[in-house]
Amino acid sequence: MKHIISILLENESGALSRVAGLFSARGYNIESLTVATTEDPTMSRMTLVTSGSDQIIEQIIKQLNKLIDVVKLVDLSEDEHIEREMMLVKVKSSGPDREELKRLTEIFRGRIIDVTPRTYTVELTGTGGKLDAFLQALEAASIIETVRSGTSGITRGDKGLSL
Amino acid sequence: MQQQSTGAEILTGAEILARSLKDEGVEYIFGYPGGAVLHIYDALFKQDAVKHILVRHEQGASHAADGYARATGRPGVLLVTSGPGATNAVTGIATAYMDSIPMVIITGQVNTWAIGSDAFQEVDSVGITRPCVKHNFLVKDVKDLAETIKKAFYLASSGRPGPVVVDVPKDVTALTAEYHYPESVNIRSYSPVEKGHSGQIKRAVEMLLAAKKPMIYTGGGVVLDNASEILVEFTKLLGFPITNTLMGLGSFPASDRQFLGMLGMHGTYEANMAMHDCDVLLAVGARFDDRVVGKVEEFCPYAKKIHIDIDPASISKSVIVDVPIVGSVSSVLTDMIAQLKATEVKTDADALTQWWNQIEAWRKQDCLRYDTKSDIIKPQGVIQKLHEITKGDAFITSDVGQHQMWAAQYYGFNKPRRWINSGGLGTMGFGLPAAIGVQLAYPDETVCCVTGEASIMMCIQELSTCLQYGLPINVVSLNNRYMGMVRQWQEFFYEGRYAMSYMDALPDFVALANSFGHVGLRVESPADVEAALKEAIADTKRLYFIDFVTDQTENVFPMIAAGKGHHEMHLPAHMTAERDLA
Ligand SMILES: Cc1ncc(C[n+]2csc(CCOP(=O)(O)OP(=O)(O)O)c2C)c(N)n1
Repeated sequence: MKHIISILLENESGALSRVAGLFSARGYNIESLTVATTEDPTMSRMTLVTSGSDQIIEQIIKQLNKLIDVVKLVDLSEDEHIEREMMLVKVKSSGPDREELKRLTEIFRGRIIDVTPRTYTVELTGTGGKLDAFLQALEAASIIETVRSGTSGITRGDKGLSL
Repeated sequence: MQQQSTGAEILTGAEILARSLKDEGVEYIFGYPGGAVLHIYDALFKQDAVKHILVRHEQGASHAADGYARATGRPGVLLVTSGPGATNAVTGIATAYMDSIPMVIITGQVNTWAIGSDAFQEVDSVGITRPCVKHNFLVKDVKDLAETIKKAFYLASSGRPGPVVVDVPKDVTALTAEYHYPESVNIRSYSPVEKGHSGQIKRAVEMLLAAKKPMIYTGGGVVLDNASEILVEFTKLLGFPITNTLMGLGSFPASDRQFLGMLGMHGTYEANMAMHDCDVLLAVGARFDDRVVGKVEEFCPYAKKIHIDIDPASISKSVIVDVPIVGSVSSVLTDMIAQLKATEVKTDADALTQWWNQIEAWRKQDCLRYDTKSDIIKPQGVIQKLHEITKGDAFITSDVGQHQMWAAQYYGFNKPRRWINSGGLGTMGFGLPAAIGVQLAYPDETVCCVTGEASIMMCIQELSTCLQYGLPINVVSLNNRYMGMVRQWQEFFYEGRYAMSYMDALPDFVALANSFGHVGLRVESPADVEAALKEAIADTKRLYFIDFVTDQTENVFPMIAAGKGHHEMHLPAHMTAERDLA
């Protein structure tokens, strides 16, 4: 099963490589990973999407907790949470295709953020599933490039992951 | 950051390092100089609180510091230069990491401004060591140096211990700062749990009391936590059988009737059979290593499992347990003893008697019996003699191979911290430098390095260090002219094709020992074993290198092939013969 693990990490050089190194050394897979600083400049917030059996996920969480640079973490998948990913897609479109693509973008609540005579660049935010669906709705041959941010997530309700 | 002047001394980074080590109570630092650490060497030269031991190869420094740590329980410390100094130490760092040994490694680094420029003798030491340390630091500001050293010692020796690297650029050792060594440090992300969960402990005690075929299996965690006495009290209270892992030997006296010997790949018949048949298993400070467990699906198939460990990540990593207890071994066992003493419930005496009868029947098969009449030296016999002469009280370091297993099986350790070997990484070359660390820590004790003629060659240069510091180590080399353990696997699993396992062109070890300034003896007859060992041990001034010419064909029994169950042992001939008759 897919798990979204949200981590407060010391904002130290090398902290990211400790996390990445743990996953490669122990053969865990990373589906996506995002990281940036928080309102507290000494800490970064990382969101990591991984999958595996319950036993593997338990090990991943324990091993992450063991890293000295990991301050706190939560498996978002265990609770009600919101997840979002941002995607930029550059799509070939000219002639009658352009109208069709605009409609599709509206249906998915995306925005066209750059236009050339032969292309549209679409920005789209949502769950990973929604982004997948948008890509599927496009004609494969028309996609010039896709850039996805990886998933970020946050728990619902008034509690948060903080010190 | 603006720092308030506190009237503290202003010292260079190098001086801060030396003073921090002193204030940390460091007795010995093992090392080897080089460009990046010259300021530090200069600072060490000008003081005499911390004694520097010059090794002959940085791998030797890392094993010596490790041996010191294993024997004393205090962190071992080493100092190496950047680049090749650091990479040479990596094998020793990984060795310590696998066995959770507290160690602080100071590596020199190129100047901060040169980092990343492929400067002379630059390697990314933090990157290279990252997967084999508990934590590591690169100190970029001299103001952080003292506190970083404190953190390194704290991390190395608390919780599940392990090596910690502090990488110090050369310019940081020349710049100055106020010296203040913190008494304690707080790391916000790090707070090892000492006390076990009381509800879990209660469940565990109930489970143990209800057991009909209980078994206690303990590992290096007991040694690391100095919990041997508590373990003995606990085990005596229950009257249960107990086995130790390779790393746990000595934490329960081998001479005690409740002790079934080591378990696992080269464990005794009785220990492995009891593991296989038990109905409640208590694992204490042991990590269910693959050499212990064998085939996971067939590991203790009938048992409910309880696991005490300081490291939550060790619990249910390979074998799923029923009652996990996170905490230090001493704290959890103390709580369990209190509960056992308080409860009215007794162990099932009838069931236990039956269980012990079964165990004694297994034990009677005498799985460690070997040919004592042979006129070729049997390696097991050398170890038994060593045990007799030293009354089981010596510090025994070892290398890796058959000799290591024979030392583990036949020495009969009665005290913890006396058996010093590389269990997790299995590092050939460990034994001699480790013995240096042990002998320095205990100058008046007998220290023996049980080795093989292949392993000893991997750090042979340290014989020179032994001469320099006058260390009267006894090197007990079981010379079978083979990489014996490799040969054994080839005999069992490769139809006797002994690919590259013969040690051709061996040196004359007696002459070699002599040329290093030590005493060398060659022993070829079983009749001479005792006299040679006695001579070596009686001489407390000089290092003896005894080259025992042993039986080339001897194998380590019992043996569980990798990935097999505990009941599927290769057994010695006398046992298989009896079984065929039956
Ligand atoms: C550094 C290193 N390289 C290779 C091995 C693999 N290995 C394990 S035991 C062994 C043979 C050891 O031979 P020797 O030291 O003569 O001991 P014996 O088994 O003959 O007692 C080898 C090569 C190892 N454990 N460590």
